[in-house]
Amino acid sequence: MTELLQQLINGLALGSILALIALGYTMVYGILRFINFAHGDVFMLGAFAGFYLAPKIATFVPLPSVAGALIIFGLSMVICAALGVLIERLAYKPLRKRPKLTVLITAIGVSLFLEYAGQFFFGASNKKFPDILPTWPVTKVLSLSVNSNQLIVLAVTLLLLLGLRFIVMKTRMGRAMRAVSFNPEAAALMGVNTDVVISFTFALGSALAAAAGILYAINYPSIDPLMGIMPGLKAFVAAVLGGIGNLPGAALGGIIIGVTETLVSGYISSTYRDAIAFAILIVILLVKPSGLLGKKEVEKV
Amino acid sequence: MNLNLRHAKTGLLGALALCFLVTLFSKFINPYWLYILYDIGINIILAVSLNLINGYTGQFSLGHAGFMAVGAYTAGVITNQFGQLNAFASGGVFLGALLAGGLMAAVAGLLVGIPTLRLKGDYLAIVTLGFGEIIRVILQNVDSVGGARGYSVMHGWTNFFWTFGLAAVTVYVIASLVNSTYGRGFIAVHDDEIAAEAMGINTTKYKVSAFVIGAFFAGIAGGLYAHSKQYITPGGFGFMQSIAFVVMVILGGMGNTVGVILAAILLTLLPEGLRFLAGVQQIPGVAKMYPLSWVGDTRMIIYSLLLIVLMLTRPQGLFAFKKRQR
Repeated sequence: MTELLQQLINGLALGSILALIALGYTMVYGILRFINFAHGDVFMLGAFAGFYLAPKIATFVPLPSVAGALIIFGLSMVICAALGVLIERLAYKPLRKRPKLTVLITAIGVSLFLEYAGQFFFGASNKKFPDILPTWPVTKVLSLSVNSNQLIVLAVTLLLLLGLRFIVMKTRMGRAMRAVSFNPEAAALMGVNTDVVISFTFALGSALAAAAGILYAINYPSIDPLMGIMPGLKAFVAAVLGGIGNLPGAALGGIIIGVTETLVSGYISSTYRDAIAFAILIVILLVKPSGLLGKKEVEKV
Repeated sequence: MNLNLRHAKTGLLGALALCFLVTLFSKFINPYWLYILYDIGINIILAVSLNLINGYTGQFSLGHAGFMAVGAYTAGVITNQFGQLNAFASGGVFLGALLAGGLMAAVAGLLVGIPTLRLKGDYLAIVTLGFGEIIRVILQNVDSVGGARGYSVMHGWTNFFWTFGLAAVTVYVIASLVNSTYGRGFIAVHDDEIAAEAMGINTTKYKVSAFVIGAFFAGIAGGLYAHSKQYITPGGFGFMQSIAFVVMVILGGMGNTVGVILAAILLTLLPEGLRFLAGVQQIPGVAKMYPLSWVGDTRMIIYSLLLIVLMLTRPQGLFAFKKRQR
């Protein structure tokens, strides 16, 4: 029983990170109807932004500290948001009217580019992510060991989710996003500047991915330029599982994938860990292709 | 650009005869180049068979390396049951093992094909990617074929005749297929699925058969690969490998068999050329005159940028000389 609870807590922490990445996939898909394959690599860049910022920040704010960690979080999110907009403007925008397959292949190209450029500039070997957050002694509740970093992951994820919900539901820009996602042409006719909305969506998604990258690096402190591939793919599966285009669905999907994966590697075999997300994907697409919380789309000619 | 099929059978027989002749003289070819030639032949089979799925039928498979892995392991396990055989017997066993590998891969293709009935575009891409990864993870966990350590194949039976003979057969079968009355259905599914369905074409059947046929040839290529390298690991069939085949199809132009063959040749030779360039840099004086060592270090970055630029400027592929008549 204790072990099960322990696995659930570990799974929840992993799941929250996947949920943050999945939100970026689902938002972009909701608006542009395409998979931004490079999203997992933005997650990687977020972790590396934190890695290179940490020594610079440490010169005027002592690390590890909460204030220093907050600055690193904020700066990495801003850097990745700008990068997300840049990728969208350079690679995807010229292709908006082209067939979806062309855009998908371009996205794969961008993803490969970020990975190889990362290997070239950062080096291909693993790097140890610095301690940017003070760790409190491990809490023992009912003989469960709860790492303070895991609590931070949960808390930050929850805050970001609430913030995102506020942006999407209560602000002008959020309303514009929902309008474009519902019907881009009609939204444009009503005076919504779709280009700005699309760029904003990319910025928002990339910022969340950067936050996820740093949370991941705090918990699993070894980073490398290819670290984004698997979490990226799993987060995409999470987005599909929850119903792609649906924000609460993406969060729910991330948690489910994270928990399932941890349980499988804990009780069955850790070597099957990477296959479980895809197995879930295939099952969900066979049983309920619109996802757990998604609405069924009617195909129009 | 489509192959002229009027003389296809003659061409096929000619190609097979030529392959046989070259094989007799393959002793005189530098083994390094011989192995690169095998790679070219194997990649032609893979690219042309993937072209049936991604190019002609307009589906998007990112799991071709998975089918290749199924064929490679099946054929390797079968031939490892045999000891030393004479030339004639080994040919028979090898052909049987390759066909068995192809059939196993075709079964895997059927398994992938069934869920694709209701999926399109990017969903399909990710599911095929997932299937490829699942195949890899399963192979990693099967201890009798070495798990993650890899599996060594005893016989190096792959030669020029088998590689290019089978490549010629693949090109012939797929080119004849898409140009037949039956094969028009693939192109109809590609051009407009809804319209095709309205015209009474069983789109599901065409999509699944594209997957099964494509997977069959990928399996055969896997068998050839296993008996050329004689050592296979699950990691060698990862999704980066699948992407490499997709890039060949895109570079050649989707649904353009000749272009795809040229792209497969080009992309197999390119890393060797860049390696040569990096080697030349080691010679004193050369690096000063032609400072090109960065090409070796950045070749994968160039490769990915090429893909992006190609999509932005020439999405029909490098070798699309004229548009298909509609």
